[in-house]
Amino acid sequence: MEISSEDNNLMEKVLPTVEQESDVELETKVKKYLRGEGANLETLKDKKLKTQLASREKLYGKSAKAAAKIEKWLLPAEAGYLETEGLEKTWRVKQTDIANEVDILSSRNQYDIVLPDFGPYKLDFTASGRHMLAGGRKGHLALLDMMNMSLIKEIQVRETVRDVAFLHNDQFFAAAQKKYAYIYGRDGTELHCLKERGPVARLRFLKNHFLLASVNMSGQLHYQDVTHGGMVASIRTGKGRTDVMEVNPYNSVVGLGHSGGTVTMWKPTSQAPLVQMQCHPGPVSSVAFHPNGHLMATSGKERKIKIWDLRKFEEVQTIHSFHAKTLSFSQKGLLAAGTGSFVQILGDSSGGSSHNYTRYMNHSMVKGYQIEKVMFRPYEDVIGIGHSMGWSSILIPGSGEPNFDSWVANPFETSKQRREKEVHSLLDKLPPETIMLDPSKIGAMRPSRRKEKPSRGEIEAEKEVAIEAAKSTELKNKTKGRNKPSKRTKKKKEMVENAKRTFPEQEHNTAIKKRRIVEDAAAELPTSLKRFARKN
Amino acid sequence: MKIKTLSRSVDEYTRERSQDLQRVFHNFDPSLRPMEKAVEYQRALTAAKLEKIFARPFVGAMDGHRDGVSCMAKNPNYLKGIFSASMDGDIRLWDISSRRTVCQFPGHQGAVRGLTASTDGNVLVSCGTDCTVRLWNVPRPSLEDSSISSENFIEPSATYVWKNAFWAVDHQFEGDLFATAGAQLDMWNHNRSQPVQSFQWGTDSVISVRFNPGEPNLLATSASDRSITIYDLRLSSAARKIIMMTKTNSIAWNPMEPMNLTAANEDGSCYSFDGRKLDEAKCVHKDHVSAVMDIDFSPTGREFVTGSYDRSVRIFPYNGGHSREIYHTKRMQRVFCVKYSCDATYVISGSDDTNLRLWKAKASEQLGVILPREQKKHEYNEAVKNRYKHLSEVKRIVRHRHLPKPIYKAMGIIRTVNDSKRRKEARRKAHSAPGTVVTAPLRKRKIIKEVE
Repeated sequence: MEISSEDNNLMEKVLPTVEQESDVELETKVKKYLRGEGANLETLKDKKLKTQLASREKLYGKSAKAAAKIEKWLLPAEAGYLETEGLEKTWRVKQTDIANEVDILSSRNQYDIVLPDFGPYKLDFTASGRHMLAGGRKGHLALLDMMNMSLIKEIQVRETVRDVAFLHNDQFFAAAQKKYAYIYGRDGTELHCLKERGPVARLRFLKNHFLLASVNMSGQLHYQDVTHGGMVASIRTGKGRTDVMEVNPYNSVVGLGHSGGTVTMWKPTSQAPLVQMQCHPGPVSSVAFHPNGHLMATSGKERKIKIWDLRKFEEVQTIHSFHAKTLSFSQKGLLAAGTGSFVQILGDSSGGSSHNYTRYMNHSMVKGYQIEKVMFRPYEDVIGIGHSMGWSSILIPGSGEPNFDSWVANPFETSKQRREKEVHSLLDKLPPETIMLDPSKIGAMRPSRRKEKPSRGEIEAEKEVAIEAAKSTELKNKTKGRNKPSKRTKKKKEMVENAKRTFPEQEHNTAIKKRRIVEDAAAELPTSLKRFARKN
Repeated sequence: MKIKTLSRSVDEYTRERSQDLQRVFHNFDPSLRPMEKAVEYQRALTAAKLEKIFARPFVGAMDGHRDGVSCMAKNPNYLKGIFSASMDGDIRLWDISSRRTVCQFPGHQGAVRGLTASTDGNVLVSCGTDCTVRLWNVPRPSLEDSSISSENFIEPSATYVWKNAFWAVDHQFEGDLFATAGAQLDMWNHNRSQPVQSFQWGTDSVISVRFNPGEPNLLATSASDRSITIYDLRLSSAARKIIMMTKTNSIAWNPMEPMNLTAANEDGSCYSFDGRKLDEAKCVHKDHVSAVMDIDFSPTGREFVTGSYDRSVRIFPYNGGHSREIYHTKRMQRVFCVKYSCDATYVISGSDDTNLRLWKAKASEQLGVILPREQKKHEYNEAVKNRYKHLSEVKRIVRHRHLPKPIYKAMGIIRTVNDSKRRKEARRKAHSAPGTVVTAPLRKRKIIKEVE
């Protein structure tokens, strides 16, 4: 009996190596789905709460394991790749070589659209990557369906267009034109003229909050809620004109690059920047944020691209290259830098925490083309390049996320699904106060106040001290008949009254303020919601 | 050189025919969902608000009695029916779905104090202040609804007269005996006109009686000497007795944990006891401001409903100190009896204003057939609301209940009284020698002694 149990133990320990490796893989995947460390339950004294939380933590573990298994077995597509053998280098691979090796559907994604008359083109994609908006400097706006390669609508607005951006879906887009920014519908009708902002240099849309952010020609930052049209914030940055603005997709913070070499990060609820970083000795040409929110790439005129870690705000890597006029990160973490008529794609060769971006692919276009913007297309291995002669699209294997989630972004959306999604995303619209550097703090415990509020005894003591001080001040002896005793006593009484008044008046004032705020809030509410207004 | 690029064929990702469902794809990667916690919090807020919008707990009132409703009984075999009896001797069988009287059993001369149905649902036992116990044959519910409108009058199948007025009656589970409470505790058989067994401990009258659902020979009673006694029929004597500070109006056993019982007390709180260890309450449920008249457990054993003299009905969790829900109406006067329906969906309250009222147990629940998608959405809303219900904005909405002014004011007064008591106690303790002033824990405070 004992011998057989020992044998069993031995059998359990000696696992085949393949299974062990897959266990390790599963562990890393499970960690990703666990979203951080579990709570420390040892410090709890409440037994009921402890058991409740322990069972909840177990459920989290189970769901993370289930999600990891689904990722391993059930996802329909796999990421693209480019692997070279022997002495071949990946950056020597040309688009023509790729076209030979790849299927027809993919090779349809390589093209050049030549429109020389209408100036350098700026691009924007919808979140699902299905629709593209191209805006030429001389006023050409075109809305395209990338799946069918068809033109949905093109309009000529006959003034300069500096930037274009989609709103929450392909039904609406915004264009920054010569004097104001305009919002158009899908069929090209002008819906709104946004006069408050002035001449806009850059437009970006914050998806979760339905905020249209823009920076104008005098360096002012505007946030407008597109659901009700109200201006949420207008911030004077104080750093002068800039047209380098990007949105960090992880925490919806807007990053501006300035001519002094600083990059500042803003949120709509504060007039001062969240972070100011000195990135380059000269003006910052372009900024790009990694989708996981931890990395930022900046480029300056001194022909360097710097990669920054946003958790510690320090530099991770410097790439000595060319003066990159435009930068973009892909969903899988590839960095594209464009200048002149040359695009370079950099890839992260080491996985994990240390980042090491090296050359992955290059692409040079016809000599005369001046690249205006590069942007990776979501969920596809494609990068869109807007340049002075139109726009192009080339294949970059391994840049797009292979598996989309139908509830986040669905490239094969029907109109019914689009309408439903619009309603659901409106219900989930976040208020602008949720924009912060670390969004995981929402719902977490607030750290205990280091400075305690003064207790009533302490306030009384302070009051006594203030009254004593007021009583013991010596008044100046005035001359020329101004030193009447009645006036002196009146003045002393006044001083003591002032000293007394500062204390209760504070409480009284705050109470008045609170009541006023509550009344205002209650007055603004529609009648059906009046019962939720706080009555004090 | 090996190259692969993403290419999705439209056929794989869209449906084949228009009668198919749309294809959906999942990717649970957290990096695809930025700001997921903020979105979840927003959904919790919306879920809390929606719950309040859909909270309409009052279903209807059943009108018919001519005097205040004194007691009710559930028919364990028939979900839709409920028996109720009033202070003028009128007993009715109601159909809950149509809220009408199916059958009327008139007969008692005075107030009917206790009502109970046998486990097979065929016999209804009622007892009253006219010193009689009457047994009735319950009519079988027929398939045609036409008989519901006509009120049938039925004669009792048996009437037993005894020496004293009765206060309560309860029928044994899976047995033939029923117990009546009056001057003493009597055990009766259906066929005998005299009690089979009698128990007495002390000289005070027994007010309420309840058989244990799990152990058919165990029953708990409460008497007017402020005691709760547990009897075992096999021992033919009382097992245990505790004396409290105030009288217990009603007792209910937990159907899912039959060793636990909850007592509805005259001081406005309910005390949950473990039947094996009566010297300390397991939990004190305090929210009523006046005497709690009746208590009934939900068949899930997780909640119980109480009706109180302060014109409100409250639903408590079985292990929580405060009520989850309060139901009140301007027209509902003193609530004398409550019952939780056998499918845990409804709560029925009988009150002094001659009406029985039907309430939903979960105020914002959608009744009727729910699609699986709707059910999942409800469950998701419930789960996300529970995750964030400790945060101030969500908590404010979830906790909000409108209280009638007398109850609100009474609660304020009770709070100040308790605060001042506590402060005085704390000062006494601080100014006495350590160890001389001992505060008893709340669970033991109201229990005077335990007697064997």
